[in-house]
Amino acid sequence: MKMAKKDTIRLQATVTDALPNAMFRVELENGHRVLAHVSGKMRMNFIRILPGDTVIVEMSPYDLNRGRIVLRN
Amino acid sequence: MAITLRSRREIELMRKAGAVVADVLLKLKEIAEPGVTTARLDQVASLMAADAEAEVLFKGVRSPLSKIPFPGAICASLNEQVVHGIPSEKTKLKDGDILSIDFGVRLEGYCGDAAVTIAIGDISDDKRSLIDLTKHILETAISKSAPSVRWSQIAAEMQKLAESAGFSVVKDFVGHGIGRKMHEEPRVPNFVSRELLTNDIVLTEGMVLAVEPMVNAGSSAVRTLKNGWTVVTRDGKCSAHYEHTIAIVENGCEVLTMNRR
Repeated sequence: MKMAKKDTIRLQATVTDALPNAMFRVELENGHRVLAHVSGKMRMNFIRILPGDTVIVEMSPYDLNRGRIVLRN
Repeated sequence: MAITLRSRREIELMRKAGAVVADVLLKLKEIAEPGVTTARLDQVASLMAADAEAEVLFKGVRSPLSKIPFPGAICASLNEQVVHGIPSEKTKLKDGDILSIDFGVRLEGYCGDAAVTIAIGDISDDKRSLIDLTKHILETAISKSAPSVRWSQIAAEMQKLAESAGFSVVKDFVGHGIGRKMHEEPRVPNFVSRELLTNDIVLTEGMVLAVEPMVNAGSSAVRTLKNGWTVVTRDGKCSAHYEHTIAIVENGCEVLTMNRR
């Protein structure tokens, strides 16, 4: 089986709930519900995220239940 | 980077696992004919592995891109499918197809991973040259692998061979270290990139790598199908790949995925 070039993959997701400490529950395109935190860059630039937003989440193959929100559309 | 170097004893064990993989691929090469389904090939591979008391590596592997864990023991990738084709009762081989079969097992704790691309029936000349060149690229990489060689040199050679024939190298997937786990460090690309040049791999005795050149007849761009697994070329042209598990030894390297006499 082939190994991917990058460790992480970016997937599109919708934000379902806002949790404390800039954490959000997001639902990926494939139905998986994942706990995601907002990336430092987005925090630094004061980008707000609300439930219902479509975002790009960076996932690691090592933990399929956690992600990092890297982009908001 | 934590690349585990394997002892001679461990390499012997990996040779045994590699022999199982090689035997299965040889058998599948024999039985793959027009009319045979890829599910049948998967079944034969599973049975042979079970006979050898080896565990198949691919079945059950999870990916963040897919809802389902990989359902097959082999990856059966037809024509424009690059890798990770899912074996199915509905996929029947036809005359003129090229089929890439990837297979891996774990035997007594150690893994082996190899792949071949085979012609089904009579194939066109350009498909034939794609397959032959891809095999040649792998053989060249193996012949140049030895302690103290930098992988970027070999990757450059592999990429040059593919591109000067008008083909392209798939950049989204890479080879990998292999040992007790299917995928270990390091990542072994088949092309040169700035990332590789800054973090080059110096081949050392004891390294065991799965080298797997993937070559596209058209452009290198690929995409993943809705099933979350199967990767296809964006331009719809064919793709071939070959893979061997090799161990770097004192004066060169040894292919571990070889048939035992």
